[in-house]
Amino acid sequence: MRIYPPISGRFLRVWQRNLTVYRQSWKISFIPPLLEPLFYLLAFGAGLSGLIGSVRYQGEEISYVRFIAPALIAITIMNSAFFENTYSSFVRMYYYKTFDAMMATPLTVEEIIAGEILWGATKSVIATAIMMAVISLFGLIRYPEGLLLLPLAFLGGLAFGAAGMVCTAVTPNIELFNLPVFLFITPMFLFSGTFFPIDNLPLWAQKTAAFLPLANLVDLSRSFTNGRIDASILSCGGYLAAFASVACPLAIRKMRRRLIK
Amino acid sequence: MNAVVEARALRKTFGELVAVDDLSFTIASGECFGILGPNGAGKTSTVRMVYGFSPLTAGTLAVFGLDVTRHPRAVKARIGVCQQENNLDPELTLLQNLLVFARYFNIPAQEAERRSRELLAFMALDSREKSRVPEVSGGLLRRLAIARALLNRPELLILDEPTTGLDPQSRHQVWERLEELRADGLSILLTTHNMDEASRLCDRLIIMDGGRLLVEGKPAELVLRHVGRHILEIADPPEGLSELLKERSISYESFGHRIIISTGDGSDLYREVSERFCGSGCIMRMATLEDVFLRLTGRGLRE
Repeated sequence: MRIYPPISGRFLRVWQRNLTVYRQSWKISFIPPLLEPLFYLLAFGAGLSGLIGSVRYQGEEISYVRFIAPALIAITIMNSAFFENTYSSFVRMYYYKTFDAMMATPLTVEEIIAGEILWGATKSVIATAIMMAVISLFGLIRYPEGLLLLPLAFLGGLAFGAAGMVCTAVTPNIELFNLPVFLFITPMFLFSGTFFPIDNLPLWAQKTAAFLPLANLVDLSRSFTNGRIDASILSCGGYLAAFASVACPLAIRKMRRRLIK
Repeated sequence: MNAVVEARALRKTFGELVAVDDLSFTIASGECFGILGPNGAGKTSTVRMVYGFSPLTAGTLAVFGLDVTRHPRAVKARIGVCQQENNLDPELTLLQNLLVFARYFNIPAQEAERRSRELLAFMALDSREKSRVPEVSGGLLRRLAIARALLNRPELLILDEPTTGLDPQSRHQVWERLEELRADGLSILLTTHNMDEASRLCDRLIIMDGGRLLVEGKPAELVLRHVGRHILEIADPPEGLSELLKERSISYESFGHRIIISTGDGSDLYREVSERFCGSGCIMRMATLEDVFLRLTGRGLRE
């Protein structure tokens, strides 16, 4: 039973449902992306900076705070979409049975999942915008190049949201999300040139790290934050776009298998 | 006859399990059609195919004359579905549940608001429109689920066990609303294992078991055809009774502590049996759909 076209503009209705719910609790949802960068900047900026001083990045000496601020944004992009499309989507699918209800309407599974992934990316954009406001207060973002962080958040959100959705499609229960978090998210959080330059790693690890989606996202975030737009953004951006364009259809296919009974 | 649903040789399997097997039925426009069966009979699997939730393993299925497999979106737009499990949105209020759901049908916001308020009033929910789903009772939620199924002004309403788990008050309230809808000419497809519900609401019904169709007909006709007019129930049958019945070759069902005899006009037999054999443990009553159901599907426990 295939519907052509499987995705119509109706998928925005699914996105809109999540927006309606979000708007009821936006005052609370605003707090984490507001406070998180403050905590990190305080801990690393005031606490660690004294020990580390400056970092050598792309042949330039920059302060440690300036080094990690863009990484914090990249991590937030990753986490917002990934956690939205794993835990939150799973709760909607499995506990609330929201998808089952939607499937009795003209919505297709493709539209439901596309709407969910789009929502995950939207969460990344919202969180990024809030973080940018905070980090800008410390003068750590250069404008207007810094505004490119918003479309970047969308692209990164699609990539990580879709990856999360693939996990949601195959996990038997909610506890097992620990697995992708532990094996995929945490290593990336640590080894993607986030808190220290990738150059500090042994060569094999550097080469591996270059293929981590977060490493590419961090590079782009640093370029945009520091107003350094060069050819490297094409390869990193292309990598993320390719990752998203594989993960999105894969998530939809796996979800079809899970939901259509 | 204007057929709303035409199912031919429907089959649905899940791996080894055959949920629906060679099932054919037709639902006429304006009819309330029931699918009865014990748990695991294949009722839900059948209606899920009708509302385009589950693909058919084999067979053909036309709704409003459209092939469900080829035009699921067009079919779903004209159907209202109240699924068996509560899947109302717990993150929204009762009113929001309707407004958000209306968007899935691309109903414009103003029209959605108008219809939602109208349906909340119809289901006597208007005083609770700001309540959240987790705060209200099961009966109220079921009424909301039915209201939600009516948002798109469906031409066919599908209800999968609409009153299971409700208290008698809520159940009767749901029945009254469904009777009103039926009187307005809405076609209804209903699954149930509540025999009162089926007798009261259904113009026609099928009883299925193990995925297969057992019988089809109007409730009263089925009772007459398969059981008779009256039932004599004798608790703790005294000695000599079964001999008497055998002697007169009256067929009966014995369940150890209870004998059940179905008859056309049983009053003579009833008088004789109650005078000769028992005082209080002996009753005569009208035969019901439940008698048909139990006779056809057996008394063994399911699941």
